[in-house]
Amino acid sequence: MRAPLSWLKDYVDITIPLDTLVDRMTMAGLEVGGVEHIGADWRRDKLFVGEVVAVSAHPRADRLVLATVAYGQGDPQTVVTGAPNLKPGDRGQKVAFAVEGAQLRDGYSETPRLQTLSRTSIRGVESAGMVCSEKELGLSDDHTGVIILDPDLPVGQPLTDALGDTVLDVELTPNLARANCIIGLAREIAALTGQPWRAGPADAATGPHAAATAYGSVASADADLCARYSASLIENVTIQPSPPWIQRRLQYAGQRPINNIVDVTNYVMLETGQPLHAFDYETLQGVVVVRRARRGETMQTLDGVERELTTDMLLITDDSGPIALAGVMGGSATEVTEDTRHIFLESANFNFVNIRRTSQQLRLHSEAAQRFGRGVDPDLTVPALLRASRLMETLGGGTLHPEIADTYPAPPSPKTITLRAAEVTRILGMAFSPTDMARILTSLEFGCTTHHANGDTSLEVVVPSHRLDVSEPADLIEEIARIHGYDEIPTTLIHDVLPPQRSQPHLDGLEQTRDILVGCGLTEILSYSLSSLDSINRARAEGPPPAAEDYISLANPISQERQLLRQSLLPSLLETLSTNRRYRQRMALFEIGRVYWPQAGEALPLEQRYLGIAVTGPLLSRSWHDADEPPQFGWTHLKGIIDTLLQRLNVPQVRFTAAAHAALHPARTAALSIGGAPLGIAGDVHPQVCEQFDLADQSVAVLELNLDLLLAHRQPRRYQPISRFPAVLEDVALVVDDDLPAQAVEDAIRTAGGEWLREVTLFDLYVGEPIPAGKKSLAYALTFQADDRSLTEDEVRVLYRRIQEHTAAELGAAMRE
Amino acid sequence: MPVSDQNPLVDQLREVHTEALERLGQVSDLTALDGWRVHYLGRKGALTQVIRGIGTLPTAQRPEVGQVSNEVKSALEEAFEAQVGAIKQAKLAKTLSRERVDVTLPGYPVSLGRLHPSTQTLREITAIFGEMGFQVFDSREVESDYYNFELLNIPPYHPARDMWDTFYINERVVLRTHTSPGQIRAMQAFHPDPIRVILPGMCYRYEAITARSEIMFHQVEGLAVGENITMADLKGVLVNFARRMYGAERQVRFRCSHFPFTEPSVEVDMDCIVCNGDGCPLCKQTGWLEILGAGMVHPAVLRNGGYDPERFNGFAFGMGPERIMMQKYGIDDIRYFFSNDLRFLEQFG
Ligand SMILES: [Zn+2]
Repeated sequence: MRAPLSWLKDYVDITIPLDTLVDRMTMAGLEVGGVEHIGADWRRDKLFVGEVVAVSAHPRADRLVLATVAYGQGDPQTVVTGAPNLKPGDRGQKVAFAVEGAQLRDGYSETPRLQTLSRTSIRGVESAGMVCSEKELGLSDDHTGVIILDPDLPVGQPLTDALGDTVLDVELTPNLARANCIIGLAREIAALTGQPWRAGPADAATGPHAAATAYGSVASADADLCARYSASLIENVTIQPSPPWIQRRLQYAGQRPINNIVDVTNYVMLETGQPLHAFDYETLQGVVVVRRARRGETMQTLDGVERELTTDMLLITDDSGPIALAGVMGGSATEVTEDTRHIFLESANFNFVNIRRTSQQLRLHSEAAQRFGRGVDPDLTVPALLRASRLMETLGGGTLHPEIADTYPAPPSPKTITLRAAEVTRILGMAFSPTDMARILTSLEFGCTTHHANGDTSLEVVVPSHRLDVSEPADLIEEIARIHGYDEIPTTLIHDVLPPQRSQPHLDGLEQTRDILVGCGLTEILSYSLSSLDSINRARAEGPPPAAEDYISLANPISQERQLLRQSLLPSLLETLSTNRRYRQRMALFEIGRVYWPQAGEALPLEQRYLGIAVTGPLLSRSWHDADEPPQFGWTHLKGIIDTLLQRLNVPQVRFTAAAHAALHPARTAALSIGGAPLGIAGDVHPQVCEQFDLADQSVAVLELNLDLLLAHRQPRRYQPISRFPAVLEDVALVVDDDLPAQAVEDAIRTAGGEWLREVTLFDLYVGEPIPAGKKSLAYALTFQADDRSLTEDEVRVLYRRIQEHTAAELGAAMRE
Repeated sequence: MPVSDQNPLVDQLREVHTEALERLGQVSDLTALDGWRVHYLGRKGALTQVIRGIGTLPTAQRPEVGQVSNEVKSALEEAFEAQVGAIKQAKLAKTLSRERVDVTLPGYPVSLGRLHPSTQTLREITAIFGEMGFQVFDSREVESDYYNFELLNIPPYHPARDMWDTFYINERVVLRTHTSPGQIRAMQAFHPDPIRVILPGMCYRYEAITARSEIMFHQVEGLAVGENITMADLKGVLVNFARRMYGAERQVRFRCSHFPFTEPSVEVDMDCIVCNGDGCPLCKQTGWLEILGAGMVHPAVLRNGGYDPERFNGFAFGMGPERIMMQKYGIDDIRYFFSNDLRFLEQFG
């Protein structure tokens, strides 16, 4: 809401400095987002109200005229102007006159540019001053003619006194719809500054109020959707431009002046908050009825669009059919034109939900719809109607018909709220005396009566009709707090009991996972949860493409790239590698983020936290120490990271088995499982997928697993006493089939080794002569140890032989000498 | 007993002593030193040679020889050890000096990763509120319209819905536009216990992605419910938070605002960290930065969460970790947070 101070001052005296006002408003919820000083750069000694005393033709240019302007400082000056609204023979117009040295905006520049007015010769005629356009004064972009001022302005008055103003740009939350008008803001300012609020020019109804009048009848067929419908008739108006003062105020408030009728409806809407609609009376036929649209009904709105209506939409109709989409937009058939003689002026109140729904369904947004959609006081229709009608009389030369059409089937009775003083203290942590509370509420026009009963004080509060936002004690408490000032409320620490504190192993586990991975050298990323089929498909080398139906997708996506809720972190991990490879060779990344699965029979998806890891490039960043090419990240390093993570989180049950995955290298993919349930996948990325992400020349290894599932399987840590007895170290090398998983060998060794076999560490893998083709040699370092005594050589020998025999029997392993 | 001045062996011993020390001073490597030891202290060394002549002496003079020879021997042995030490020291010093490094060369790279800046900030926030008894409550991102709006006192087509541009899955399911639905879920989970939780999480808004607006961002919501919770407490908790987060000297102000799920509602501003309140582009010349929205939980919301608003009351607040980072570090483009440019991520932590 743009509010010129001069307009606010019609309704309240502003007695405090502007900075204080802005601060008080902002603190009370009326956030002043900006203050514009109109005319702040108009020098008092350079820009004046002038009066055209003569206009004559320019001797050498058809398009130019010579205007002689009196401006109260010495003799009138004659200046050259090309303004089409000054013609030879004109006189008497009040204009904005600038003398040499004035700072003005360049009328011909696209962007605002200040320049100093200097004496020039235009086509041989000396010109030392200038009659200014709106654009040159910085008021608008209009440079089609000079600005014409109100005729009653005194000649010679500094322009800044005549036209200058201060405009507050107030940002209003939806609950402050009541303040989205000059009078509403003035009321707030009055309460905040302790000044009385001046009601508008009192205009008692001149004639009877009734649904039926001499000039027509109005009816609301749906009192729920149209609580009230009021209208007036202004006869014999002349459609013409509004006087300068109205144009100026509209302009300062951000509205473009059109003609006197449209301007008045806008002016009164800005002033009172009541949207109005003017019909051309002579186009109306019969009774005006507000009703829902009938099935299949259509109408053409003011913007020329033929609208298909649904039965939820509210219409203004006459005997011929729809004439306006109630509260949203008028119809073109009844529009006011240059030839209109009589105005049927509507001032009605519509259900805010209905207006919002219609406006959203038709994607038709108008200022009226926006205001009705936030709620308007039904008591406002008649005062606003009269204010506008009187203005139309004044500005359009018409006559207001003495009868006011008004149907108000069920006026609501005023709301009353009981506010207990103890309740105010309980919520705010600060006590207010009943007198203070009543003073504050009264300043906001609430009616207050204080009651004392059983040592309890309470206020009986009557809510004024314009406070649609107030319905319960909490609302009143906010009013008391904000007018008193939130800063006056004390600052204390919670003295309530501390709620039960709970252990949160899962949340802790998430953070521990992050810490472990950071320790492993990985950097955390966070990607969009929203993805696209293209991106998902890019991370696949084979198999049928994914189908959109399998994903949860947005009904109103912002773009195709962000439409589906992801089910894997891999596409965004690979994308991140791809976009960063221009600046980084070594990339070791992880992401912990949610994936989303549709659940049959459930409205909401299953959300799971996944962990994704991607590594590529050199193991360490390049250094002067390393002469040779450093080793590159690959599957083995990734496996090391996973092993570390599992070990640190203490989830030893995870199993790795060779597997296949659409994104991964067919011979370098592991499926991870836990307790028989799939946990995730890991492996080298398929070269084709690498290519699709412009990562062709380097190997990329990735992991993705269900972190929720992993963390659910964490084992409690157990302390293992350190044995005081010596450990016996033995090596064993076993020759087995090349395709036998090392895990199977290790498992067999552990099974055979029993409880005294404490550690099994693979220290060599060898393929080639003299090992036969199709075989490999795995060498393990074995640590035997008991807790209660030193193992004898014989005991270790027995175990060693058992390992040998067991692996031979189970796996066909041969000892390598 | 008369002591002869003319005990020739004693004289000889003293001569050997003097000579040996003299020679020792000239020995500079361990091999020569060993030669010296053999020459003077060895089994057939100079000292032994002298002592062998003891038989030629009168008996009375013999003890003196024994005594002196022991003195000389231990003196020489001591000198020998000292010389060994000195030579070793010299040798070591020489070796060490050859091992000089250029201390200005860069060190060997250590691969320690980094947490995402949002995670770092979330942890900071979580820790601060943890000290005040607020525990994390985890809640879902895809929410029903019912939880995201209706239970928070925002019925369908309510004007307040204009405050949130919403991504819809369908008419009844949305991507949560704020962490506030978690308030209801926390209340439903914990009632009738008192509550102190914070709800960090990702939220979504239907907006164009620009330097100033993102479709995705974190929010941290806080909620306290009890029989004794006041707006004064809300102020206390948030002032504490602001000073812990931004510095003890920070000024905080509370101004009236509007959220449908709180009444009274508050917007919390802090004096600008760039200009300290004088006005600058960051604070749009106001001297204040908006850091939080908050308020006393609306009675309808308490009721929806299962608490009797006549007995219980509570406060709630919400903030954006990315906004906090942007203010703190002067980051001018919110898109950096989820576009994963490592040149950005690697600047933090
Ligand atoms: Zn600043």
